[in-house]
Parts: sequence; structure tokens; C-alpha cells
Amino acid sequence: MSVRVFVPGDSTACALGADQVAAALVDQARARGLDLDLVRNGSRGLFWLEPLIEVETAAGRVAYGPVSVADVAELFDRDLRTGGEHPLALGPTEQIPYLQKQTRINFARAGVIDPLSIADYRRTGGFAGLDRALTLSSQQIVDAIKTSGLRGRGGAAFPAGIKWQTVLDTAADQKYIVCNADEGDSGTFADRLLLEADPLQLIEGMIIAGLAVGATRGYVYVRSEYPRAFAVLRAAIALAREDGYLGPDVCGSGRAFELEVRLGAGAYICGEETSLLESLEGRRGLVRAKPPLPAIAGLFGKPTVINNVLTLASAAAILARGADWYRALGSGRSLGTLPMQLAGNIKRGGVVEVPFGMSLRALIEDFGGGTASGRPLRAVQVGGPLGAYLSADELDLPLDYEAFAAQRAMLGHGGVVVFDDSVDMAEQARFAMEFCVAESCGKCTPCRIGSVRGVEVIDRIRADTERGDNLLLLKELCDTMEYGSLCAMGGLTPMPVRSAVEKFPEDFGA
Amino acid sequence: MLQHHQAKGFEPQYYDPRQDQPERDYGTPPSLSEATVTLLIDGREVSVPAGTSVLRAAAELGIKVPKLCATDSLQSFGSCRMCMVTIEGRKGYPASCTTPVENGMVVTTQTDAVARLRRNVMELYISDHPLDCLTCAANGNCELQDTAGEVGLRAVRYGYAGANHLDAEKDTSNPYFTFDPAKCIVCSRCVRACEETQGTFALTIDGRGFASKVSASQDQPFVDSECVSCGACVNVCPTATLIENRVIEFGQPEHSVTTTCAYCGVGCGFKAEMRGTTVVNMKPWKDGKANEGHACVKGRFAFGYATHADRITTPMVRERIDQPWRAVSWDEAFQFAAARLRAIQEKYGRNSIGAITSSRCTNEEVYIVQKLVRAGFGNNNVDTCARVCHSPTGYGLKTTLGESAGTQTFASVASADVILVMGANPTDAHPVFASRLKRRLREGAKLIVVDPRRIDLVDSPHVKASYYLPVRPGTNVAFINAMAHVVVTEGLEDRAFIAARCEQPAYEAWRNFVSDARHSPEATEAVTGIPATDLRAAARLYATAGNAAIYYGLGVTEHSQGSTTVMGIANLAMATGNIGREGVGVNPLRGQNNVQGSCDMGSFPHELPGYRHISDAATRASFETRWSVKLDDEPGLRIPNMFDAAIDGDFKGLYCQGEDIAQSDPNTHHVEAALSALECLIVQDLFLNETAKFAHVFLPGASFLEKDGTFTNAERRISRVRKAMPPLAGLADWEATQGFARALGMDMNYAHPGEIMDEIASLTPTFAGVSYDRLDRLGSIQWPCNDAAPEGTPTMHEDEFVRGKGLFVMTEYVPTEERANRKFPLLLTTGRILSQYNVGAQTRRTANSSWHSEDILEIHPHDAEERGIAEGDWVGIQSRVGDTVLRARITERVQPGVVYTTFHHPFSGANVVTTDNSDWATNCPEYKVTAVQVSKVTAPSNWQSRQRAFDTEQRELLRRARQRDETPSPAG
Repeated sequence: MSVRVFVPGDSTACALGADQVAAALVDQARARGLDLDLVRNGSRGLFWLEPLIEVETAAGRVAYGPVSVADVAELFDRDLRTGGEHPLALGPTEQIPYLQKQTRINFARAGVIDPLSIADYRRTGGFAGLDRALTLSSQQIVDAIKTSGLRGRGGAAFPAGIKWQTVLDTAADQKYIVCNADEGDSGTFADRLLLEADPLQLIEGMIIAGLAVGATRGYVYVRSEYPRAFAVLRAAIALAREDGYLGPDVCGSGRAFELEVRLGAGAYICGEETSLLESLEGRRGLVRAKPPLPAIAGLFGKPTVINNVLTLASAAAILARGADWYRALGSGRSLGTLPMQLAGNIKRGGVVEVPFGMSLRALIEDFGGGTASGRPLRAVQVGGPLGAYLSADELDLPLDYEAFAAQRAMLGHGGVVVFDDSVDMAEQARFAMEFCVAESCGKCTPCRIGSVRGVEVIDRIRADTERGDNLLLLKELCDTMEYGSLCAMGGLTPMPVRSAVEKFPEDFGA
Repeated sequence: MLQHHQAKGFEPQYYDPRQDQPERDYGTPPSLSEATVTLLIDGREVSVPAGTSVLRAAAELGIKVPKLCATDSLQSFGSCRMCMVTIEGRKGYPASCTTPVENGMVVTTQTDAVARLRRNVMELYISDHPLDCLTCAANGNCELQDTAGEVGLRAVRYGYAGANHLDAEKDTSNPYFTFDPAKCIVCSRCVRACEETQGTFALTIDGRGFASKVSASQDQPFVDSECVSCGACVNVCPTATLIENRVIEFGQPEHSVTTTCAYCGVGCGFKAEMRGTTVVNMKPWKDGKANEGHACVKGRFAFGYATHADRITTPMVRERIDQPWRAVSWDEAFQFAAARLRAIQEKYGRNSIGAITSSRCTNEEVYIVQKLVRAGFGNNNVDTCARVCHSPTGYGLKTTLGESAGTQTFASVASADVILVMGANPTDAHPVFASRLKRRLREGAKLIVVDPRRIDLVDSPHVKASYYLPVRPGTNVAFINAMAHVVVTEGLEDRAFIAARCEQPAYEAWRNFVSDARHSPEATEAVTGIPATDLRAAARLYATAGNAAIYYGLGVTEHSQGSTTVMGIANLAMATGNIGREGVGVNPLRGQNNVQGSCDMGSFPHELPGYRHISDAATRASFETRWSVKLDDEPGLRIPNMFDAAIDGDFKGLYCQGEDIAQSDPNTHHVEAALSALECLIVQDLFLNETAKFAHVFLPGASFLEKDGTFTNAERRISRVRKAMPPLAGLADWEATQGFARALGMDMNYAHPGEIMDEIASLTPTFAGVSYDRLDRLGSIQWPCNDAAPEGTPTMHEDEFVRGKGLFVMTEYVPTEERANRKFPLLLTTGRILSQYNVGAQTRRTANSSWHSEDILEIHPHDAEERGIAEGDWVGIQSRVGDTVLRARITERVQPGVVYTTFHHPFSGANVVTTDNSDWATNCPEYKVTAVQVSKVTAPSNWQSRQRAFDTEQRELLRRARQRDETPSPAG
């Protein structure tokens, strides 16, 4: 009798040795004359448990982790096939609290299915959204997205339905759907996981977007640091095309949708939507001035929906299960779920998809288990390198776009980086400017020169050189960058700097 | 640069109001929208076209919002963040350059917050900028300095010790401008100008963030990069980062004189920027209609020849050409020349002398030379160098359409949907027009290139021809007939246009003619070498893609059937209804600045000004009345006839105005024999050119910078040439011709070229409305300009053809006698290169020679291998009439069986090889087809050796004249 074992093939699991574990499993099975059915699924996103292997048993899938090559023989000894007891045994996967307490929509299939199996995808509800969309008019699809309250998951949280409506309403001979998979924020990995664990969900979402606005071509812009995601997505697109989901006649509807993946070249700024479009067109990743909005003149000057991976993927579930179901999740104007990503000095890092409204504390303490070092938490940066630092006093803030904005912070793409009390917040402020120095496209002056001067001014503050004057200058520089920059790169760099100065003045010599 | 103070000796007879206006920069280009938007800026209402930027709308009100990266020749970019404003109801501080106006918008251009932001951004700029303003070449013309002043920057709190680019090294590789990256503010204006204005894409920003820097090609020195030195980047640079070497040397100019370029037929407007009588800089004129602020390496930079040491500034005479020159006064030279010509006429008859007018001189100068011949010499032996370039255009277009000129403005190409370029190489020979063309192609228009050689336009950055049709030299007529065949037999004609606008019987006859299967692409493929499927596709594209425009050059005209091809082109345009509106037409690209004008001015032996035949009694009478002489009603000699007659001993005296026939005319041996047979050759030129070496009288010419007048460009645009400095030899060419005419006993006493134009206008119906006053007012005028069209005629043949109905002409293909055979298996064709101009008399005396110091023979690898020729080898080129030696370049640009060279250098002897075959209608030489053999050699040709010896001898004779000149001389 054959046993089915799941070993994740995504970047995180592989970085932690999943390929070697898979090989050891195969070797051991062969040595023992066992018939092993190895499935390379995606990760469940419980990264602190990777490599997390699952075994299909009569009672369902049970998990072991983190498994190393050295553990493999013993796992077989303890009868892995029946979910035998072992110090690494985690019990039925679905009942691991970290997973059980989540509300998974985008990541419902992550780690469950073979990412490159259309059958698996369909069996788990995939393409139901597309099936439905094919029965609707473009306006009806756009209305569904509007009603759902879905907002852009890339960070800006702009209502997706309004963007789609603009593209639908703009007449043109060609329109495009562009997926921003240039996930460059430090401490974020949700896009990558989705691409590697459930790429068909994104493909389905993009086809739906195409039907919604009348676009017949789509591009996914994947950052070069994600070679595995790039490969998986390419393979998934080939499968979808083979099965008639992509091409000149989507599912026999007579409507066309072609999809291509493009690889970036290592620039953070290409995650900014207009730079991304420039880069897609084959130019330097330079920010464009807006207006015109990409929805009116985007890729190659044509109306373009440009959305993040999670935004587009969400369209599949919204169409499948209804806008009302989706908007019932969340709170206030932040509806649906947000896949948060726990990273930094945290005990249990991974993807936590929950409805908006949960507190930051619940996320960090209940899911994350506090700092990895065990020392007291001092600061949390939410929303990537341009997000504000929050102090330990602010952990009760609910995960809600407006609540964060009110604190001059942002949820962004859902990245959470935790720091313990050993952190020097002046160094973190310097890092914010340094990051901008490294990643500024260089087009506008406040960002190009301002970030360099920012590092220098912070250095003078840290060296106690005319500290008062330089703190004042830093404040004015932050104003200049915030109000003067062309895009969010220079415009948001002051956010972490200001929050560090204001919330941790003692680190700046006060 | 405000008031243009007229120095003594400069006649402020005409007032050009534009000279008093410093060119305003509105920040962003004008919107062409017809809808109007009304908004409030600083409490003042303004109405502007929809799509206008807030920055430009403010500028229209006279409000100068600070800006650095914006300039009105380029699309807005939004990088400098100086032009921020506040707009009611909008968050933050939008950049006014990238924000379009909206109805009811309320804009405030200055608030405390905006002021602080601007000042703080400027502070960042200056924290990475050298503080050497007083010794900086841009001092007095620096937008960074001005803007720092506008925003009230008083301190740089960051200090100057931080990271900076102050040690970045200068790039002085380009002979004309310097790139100093230490002064760069990364506004990208230069990069955008290279893309948007010039279309070369040589510049980019390398690196990102603080490391961003302007880079030529792959971070190469400018001179080694793809840069074509058009100067567009230098024009738009707001600092001293890209600046002319002459401004570095001389300082900022103090006044400017608006004038017209003396190179190719595009006729760009320039501001000669002056310090005293020194030309510091030639700045392309934004209001020049032909160029709209753009230029090329020749017009922009290659003006140093005007003050080159080789300039001859004293009249000279000699009895025989083996004698040293004798420097004399102008008067003595005039008397000497007049006496000799009169003696020749006494001895050999009235018709034994003649003149050649120059397509590089002004209309007025050409006009008085032909007047001198007709009224003074008493014959019609006047011809022009246009004979050897575009005479077939005159004949062909006059016959079919009724007027000897192109049909459009250059700007018209912006409305074309498909563009057919035939026998022309615009990126090299007409670069400023090429930039317009490429812009349109980037916007999506389609391109068809017909040329034996794969010119740059076929495939260059962001430009790719839909069809490249590699026509075999000498088979243009077969090609154009095949195009017509496809149009007619596939039912792609514009029947309504033909019915309404063209002569029906001629059309029917032509239609029958071209419908014959022998004209089909399949039948002609073996002749033309053009694959029939490509030709059919190109014909369909031309006929069906919307507005179709044809641009052609000397590759069409300089053939034994040049006139036939021109008529074939006109037939094709008429058959498809592509004449008489914007975006279409038949457009000859004229080689020299005033080819159009010299033809207009009655330079041909059979035509009086305005293309009216000398045999027409009424026309003749009007001139006879005005000039008080009797005119000969028989056409005189054409240039080739003059040469033949000279060799026969019937033609003995020639006045040659600004043309180097010894170098530029075909079959050099024949030309030299003719010149040697003359008893009096009078050469008027800037330099002792090849022709002058055979001369007896040398009248020093004046460059375009030294005189007043007008040039007429390829779009029939008459533009003013204005004196920027006094003539080096004391007289402008028109004054010298006039002095010579008086010595011959004529009463010629114009006080100013404006009076000559008045005479032209009074005698020429198409010029009736032209006057210097009107030219000053309008900037330029496209003829016809008369009561019916007082401001000129941008597009011709709009409602009807000049001749009434368009005339289809049957164009039978007759192969040239110049055929390849076993002895001469290759076909030589010739052309131009960007940096050099024509015979090179001007450009060779500038730093342009650093790009092209010799003429090279291009040969296909297949032909080279067969002959054992390697790259850089010396090769002999032998034709039926002569041979010469050049260095070989092996390239697939030319097709197998075809070799190519330029003729910019006198020792190249390209025309030693070309034959005296010529166009059946106009005698335009068949420069573009010469059967040759090419072989590897080790020594120069006999002609080249003789030429070197002759050159050395003649230079010595000149030196002796100059030596003598240093002692007190009678020269005046």
C-alpha cells in the first residue's frame, strides 16, 4: 500500500532543507521497500515549522515538523505511514492552532494542493469564480468587486472596484491587467507563497479582471529574487492555457485572455506601480508622474488595471462565494481578510490570514508567541520598510487601514517586523533613509538627494553634533520628502523616521 | 540679450520684432485641443486649451512658477519638484507641470508652505552643486542660479561636506560641447531631448538614486557614443553641465541675429548669438517654422569655416592659371574680369560666355546673376548647380502637377499615416526633418524605404521600416510602375479624386499602360531586385493606410530617367488621392540650402524667375520693360553644354558663383578639360576650391553670416538671412556681383537685398506678396504668396492643381546605358554622411572632419571576398571613364553587386569615376549609377597623384599672392 507524503516545495521550506528531506524520504522508503507517493505541495505558511511534512492517513493529514534529514529514518521507524507518535508530530494539520484560528481565503489551498494540478485546484473550489464571471456582464463583475469592499492589498488600499470601473469606462482598442508581484517590502512574503502554493488562484483572478474591464492581455511582474515563484507561475500558466482557461477563447466563451510573466531586475522601486509599468515596457524603472492614472493611460499608454497579487487573487473567491459573504468579514471600511506576515524577532513566523479588526497584540502574541529572543518587545514595524514603528504601548491597535492611518502608521502589504529591547531606534531611522538611498529611482530630488542628506543628518544627531539644529533639520527634511516627493518611496520614507524620533526620543539623545 | 544694438556698418533698415523678445519658456508644450478650459490662478481667470498644464496656463498669465526639469520643447516630467502649487480641493502640493488644467480649478502658485518646500528642495540641489558661479560658463544664463534666486535660498544647512558629485570628471571628447557631470542636477532634460526632439536615444540615466548620472550610450565618452551631436541636449540643459565650448571660451553672447542655416534644404532658423562681430553660438530658433528649435551637427556647430584661415579675403587675378595670383582691389578685379569677358564676346561672339548660379547663395544674389547674364551678357547662358541635383524634380512636378516644388510643409509629416522614403537618407542628409519623421514613426505611422542601401531609417532605435525594398540602382522607374500596377490592378485607386481632379484621357491612357502585366511586381522583380510579395504589400500599405506621403531625394533624380521617376511618383500620389492636404504629398528633400530658391529665381537657361519659359513673349516683355533691355528668346546653354562647347572652343568665359564644379560635377576629366579650355574663368567663393585652381579671377565670397538676403527651403519657405558680421572681404556677394555688373556697363545699384526682393516680387506672380517687411512680420513665407494667399501657401494643390487638372504621364522604363558587365560588374552609387556636407568645402574646415576624415567605399562581404579585399584595404575603383582609389569598408548595408561612397573630399575623386550620362529631360547627371570594377591596389590612382601635384602647385601660387599681400598692396 502506498503512502502519500507532502513535502513543501516553496522557497521557505526549501531554504530550510525541504528538498533534502524529500530526497531522504524517498531513499528511506526505497530502502524499506515501501511505496511512497511524494507530493511537493506549497507551504501552509507556518514557517517556524518548516520543513513541515504531512502524511495522508485514514484520519486525514497529519503533520510533522520541523523535520531535518536526520529525523527521517526515525520517522519511518515510528510508523510515519499511520501518523505515528514522534516528538516532531503535530497532529492533524488543520488542528494546529496557528492554522485553525485563521480565516483563510487567499491561502485556503496553500500547502493543501499540488500547485500545478488543475484537478486539485478545481476539486478545492477553484475556477468557480471564473465560471460565475463568465455568466455575468462586465459591469456585474465590477459591481461585485465594488460591493465586496475589496481594497488594494499592495499597500495603498485603494478600492479595487473603483479602479476597475475606471478601466471599464475608458474606451480603448487594448486594455491590460497587470499584476504587481514585485513584493519588495522587508518582512513580506505572502505574494511569493501564493505564487508558489496556489498560482492558479491568481490566474483565475486575472482572467476575471480581464472579463470585468475588457482587457485581453495580462502581465505578471515578478521580482527577480523569486525565481521559484516565477517558474511555478510559468508552469501554471502553461497548464491553464493547455486546458483552455487562457488563450483566444477562454473556456469556450469566445473571449480572449493571454497572460505572460515578466521577471524584474532587482529594483525595489519597480514595485511602485508606474515604475513597474515603465519596466514592463522595457525601460528603466522610473516613476511616472500622475496624472494620468494607469487606469486611464497605463501599460503602453493603454487603460490598465494594476493590482497586487492578493487583490487579484481575491477576485476569484469573491466571485465564487459572493460579495456579501466577503464583506461580512472585517471591520469598518477594511473588509475581507488580510494575510499578515510575521517576521523579525518573532518566535513563530509565518503567514496569518485573518479578517481585519484583530489587534496587533493578538497577532504578535497569540500567533507569533512573542519575540524569538525572549526579551521584551520594544518596537514593531508594520507595512514594510516605509511603515511606521509602533511602540509596545500601541499593540492594541486593530488591524484596520483607518485605525493605522490615524496613528500615522500603515498596514501596507501586511508585513510585521518585530524588534526586542536591544534595538537602537536611531539606527533604524538611519536605516530607513539608507534604504531610500539604495532604492530611490533617482527621478525626483527630495528622494534622490534628500535620503542621502537624511543619513548624514541622522549620523550627526547620533554623534551629538549640533543635535538640536539637526533634529530640526531632520524634521524639515521629512516634510520636504513627504510633501515634495513624486511617489510613495520618498513620500513615505519619513514615516519610519518620524515615528522612531517621536516614539523613541531617548535613542536620539533626548 | 535684449536689445540688438546695430553696430556701424549694419543697416537697421528692417526691424525684426522677435529679436527684442527673449524666448519665453512656457514650461510644457502647447496643447492642440480645441476645447477650452477656464480656471483661476492667483485670483486671475485664464482660458487655455484642454490638456494644458497648470504651469503653462500660469505662464500664459505671465506668472513664472519656478521650474527646473520643465521646458516647453519637452513633455512634462515632474522630477524637480520646484513647480509645486496648491489647488483647492486637492491634497498636498501637485507639480503644476504634470497637472492638467480643469474647469473651475482654483490654483495658488505661492503660499508659505509652498515657498518653504521649494526653498528646501533647492537647498538639497545646492548641497550637491559646485559654488563656482562667478567662474562658471553658464553664469548669466543659468536656470539653476535664477531659480535659486526666485525661491530665496539663503543657506544650505546640510553643509557641503556630505556625499556629492563635485569630483566627477568632465567629458571633453566632443569637439563642440563639454559635459561636466559635477554640475548636473539630473533633470533628464538632455535625455528627453535626445529621445523626444532628436529621436536618437543616445543618452540615458545610468544608475539609480543618488548615483543617477547622465550617460552617453554604454557610459562612453560622448564622441564614441551613438550621439549625433545635434546639440538638442545642450539647448535644454538648465546649467553648465552641457555647454558649448565656444560659450566656455567667449562667455555669454550679448545680442543675437535671427537668420537661416546655409547647409541642407531643411532651412533651419537660427539665432546667431554674438559678442560684437564674433559668432559665439548658433542657437536653433524656436520660432523657426522648418526646425522649431531643433538643429543638426552641421548647422548648430559647424560654422567655424566662416572664419577659417583658408578664407580668401582679397580679390585676385592672373593672366594664366600657371601664374601666381595677384591680389588686387575689388575695382581692379571687376575691371579685369569685365574687360576679359567683353574681349571674349568680341572675338567669339555673344554666346561665348555664361554663368553658373549657386544654390548656396541667396535668392537675391542668384537673381542678379541671372539678370547679369540675360541683361548684361545678352544671352541666356545661365545655369545652376540644381542642374546636377533636382532639375528632374522641377521638370517632373511641373509637368504632372503644374508647379516645380514640393507640395507640403515639413510639419505635415506629423499627419502622415504611411511614409514612403525613396532614394533619400534623411537621418544623414536632412537630419532635422528626419527627427520629425522619426517622431511620427514612434507615434505609429508606417514606413516604407526604397533604397539600394540599407539606410539607418530601415532599422534604428524605436524606428523600423515595415518594408525595406532594396531597389537595384537604375531601376526606379520599373519599381514605381510596379507600385502603380498593384494600385490599379487591385482596385486601390481613389476614383473620386481622379475623376474630380485629374485629366481623364491621360489617366485612362496611363491606367492602360501600367495595368500591363509587364509592369507587375512579379515581372519586374528580376529587374529591380525587389521581391514581388514585399512590393505588393508595400503598395497596398501606401494605398490603404490613410494619409500617405512620399519623401524623395537625389536617389530619385540623379538618374538617366530621373524626370520619369519623379513623374511616376506624382502619378502614384494622384492615383491614390494623396495630394492636396496635410499629411500627404510629394516632397523632394533638397540637397542644398537654396536649391529651391535658385531654381525659383530663373537660374535655368530656359526659364525666367517663377519657372516661366524664356520664349514666352509676355513674360519676357515684363522683364524687358523693367530692365530696359531686349532679351534673347532662345534658351541658353546648360552646364554640360557649356563644358562641351568649351572643349569645342565655342565657349570661353564663365562666371561661377559659389559652386565647385570641378569636384561636384561628374566625369572630372571632362570637366577639367573644359575648365582648362576657358580663357576667362571667374570664381566667386569662400575658398580656393578645386574650380578656382583653374580660374583667372577670384572674387572672395561672403558666408551667410556676412550678408542679408533670403533662402528658400524644400518646403518653398522663404526665410531671411541676416548679416551677423561684416563681410571678411568687404563686400557681400550681391555687392560683388553688382560691382562686376557695373564694370560691364550695367546700371545695377541696389542699396539693400530688400530692394532686389521687391523687384523679384514685382516681376514674379508667385512672389508678388513677398517683401522683407512681411518676412520680418511672419518669420517666413511659403510661396506662392500673393493677393490670393497673402501669408503664403503651406499646402499646394488643395482645391485644384496649379496646372488645373493633374496630368498622368506614361512612364516607360528604359534601362540606363550604364550597365554592369563582365568588365565592370559592380554598380557604384553615391550619397552623403551626417557630419559632412556636399563637396565638404565648409564642413572639412570644421571639427566635423573628426567624424569623417575620408571617403570610404562600402562593399558587400560577398563582393569583397571574391576580390580578396579586407576591411581597410586600399581599393581601386575603375569605371568606363576613369579610376580612383579609396579605402574599403566591408558591410551588408549595401547589397551584393552594389558599392557605395560619399564625395565629401576632393582627393577621393568620386567624380573621376562617374560618367556623363544624364537625365533625358534635364541633363541631371546619372551620379547614382556607374558600372565599375573594384580591385585591391597599393598606390593612389594617376588622377589622384596628378591632383595632389596640381593642388600643391596651386596652393603655392596662392601663398605667393598672400606673401605679396603682406607688403603694402593695392587691395581695397
